[in-house]
Amino acid sequence: MELLTQISEALQQGNEELVHQGTQQAIAEKIPPKKILDDGLIAGMNAIGERFGRHEVFLPDVLMAAKAMVKGMEPLKPLLIRDDVPSLGKVVIGTVQGDLHDIGKNLVGIMLKGAGFEVVDLGKSVSPEKFIDAAVNENAEIIGMSALLTTTMSVMKKVTELRKQKNLQGKIKIVVGGAPVTKEFATEIGADGYAFDAANSVACVKQLMGHA
Amino acid sequence: MRRMSVLLDRLKRREILVADGALGTMLMGEGLQAGDCPEAIVLSRPKLLLEICDLYLQAGADILQTNTFGGSPLKLAEYGLQDQCETINRRAVELVREVAGTKAYVSASIGPTGKILQPYGDTAPAEVEQAFERQLKAILSAGPDLICIETMMDNQEAEIAIRTSKKLAPQTPVMATVTFEDSARGFFTMMGTDIRHVASSLSAAGADIVGSNCGNGLEKMLRIARELRNCTELPLAIQSNAGMPISQKGKLSYPETPEFFKKHVPELIHAGVSIIGGCCGTTPAHIQAIKEIVLARARKVTE
Repeated sequence: MELLTQISEALQQGNEELVHQGTQQAIAEKIPPKKILDDGLIAGMNAIGERFGRHEVFLPDVLMAAKAMVKGMEPLKPLLIRDDVPSLGKVVIGTVQGDLHDIGKNLVGIMLKGAGFEVVDLGKSVSPEKFIDAAVNENAEIIGMSALLTTTMSVMKKVTELRKQKNLQGKIKIVVGGAPVTKEFATEIGADGYAFDAANSVACVKQLMGHA
Repeated sequence: MRRMSVLLDRLKRREILVADGALGTMLMGEGLQAGDCPEAIVLSRPKLLLEICDLYLQAGADILQTNTFGGSPLKLAEYGLQDQCETINRRAVELVREVAGTKAYVSASIGPTGKILQPYGDTAPAEVEQAFERQLKAILSAGPDLICIETMMDNQEAEIAIRTSKKLAPQTPVMATVTFEDSARGFFTMMGTDIRHVASSLSAAGADIVGSNCGNGLEKMLRIARELRNCTELPLAIQSNAGMPISQKGKLSYPETPEFFKKHVPELIHAGVSIIGGCCGTTPAHIQAIKEIVLARARKVTE
């Protein structure tokens, strides 16, 4: 089997050791770092994301794959920085103010990173101002918001309103998701995208950034 | 103790008991703000809890739940309230007892810690066990009739809670309910465990009653109940939410009405469910609707 495919397979199995070894071997074989990232690590995360979307694998499998990805990135990251390889884009994510649930949001972060995006995780109970300020300061193209509670999903609207006030509509796009959030709700509050699950958030962000 | 064994005996005789409905969404209607700790209400607005509890008792609930869902120190720590763990949990049980007396069972709620267990997450099982032990000791000191471990998304976490409860109070019945997600391949927990494995894991850990709560509405709950019935001999409990919330002009509402519940409750009973109550979005009117069906059935049985 080709080395990069092996890395992808090992990543999907959550085998940190094999992913780390494979990546080092690929570097030693002078495979371009960008290619190792795209066809090895990202290919593996994409595959696991798709299988997650089809309920063939579950949260534990994704978490283990993400750990393997981190392991593979260790030797690769300095080389990507050296080669000045750009990321697909920058996404600021967080759970909205008043909501302390972060399993879903963390999963979105894993999926986006796994797809090659730069992710700035603002954590839980993030205020509307903090979302907007972070996106501006970090020069992020996208804000991703999560809510698990029906009471906190209304905070999402405050963020879309604040964006409007600051005239940032063209610059920053907003994606929302979480158990009680629906496509209709996303449209109603003026969000640009709705992600029905963590795997779908990647497709949604890609589409908004014109990568799809 | 006497009241406890009575509860399980009643279920064994195929009596149907009605549990109460939502507390969280009711509290929100009463001004609980997003970001407030729901369990802190026990200390700040005990009268409100007594009132809601009484509404459910009047609606016909046989089982009344305490406001201790997020009462584990791990969860309370998110609000900086971990030091209040003992006071909140003990007081919450006492409040429900004030309303229930001997007319209804006091069921002490225990929800997930919100942590993911190792190796997938970074929390050691022992840490979760300590948290549940602290919460359970406080709860048990006030003498609840039942421990209700609910909305669990990882059956391993549920197992830890069940085992800890049985270790501390072997005679107190434990009910454990899990939340499932529907997929083209059937129902699974967030961690990817199917109904059969959940049922065997909960009963092996020592649960006296197993079931499902929250979820995506009553019709899916019916499918879950039927599957559970095929997997275990234990009494079943179903506490469904009133469907998924719908947003209309910024106001949220739950689509499944008390009438809708009335229509589907007979099917739940037919599927072999022994405890029927509500979760998010249900109200005393939903519980009353369930009670009417249950009473009608009881009359039919005696006739």
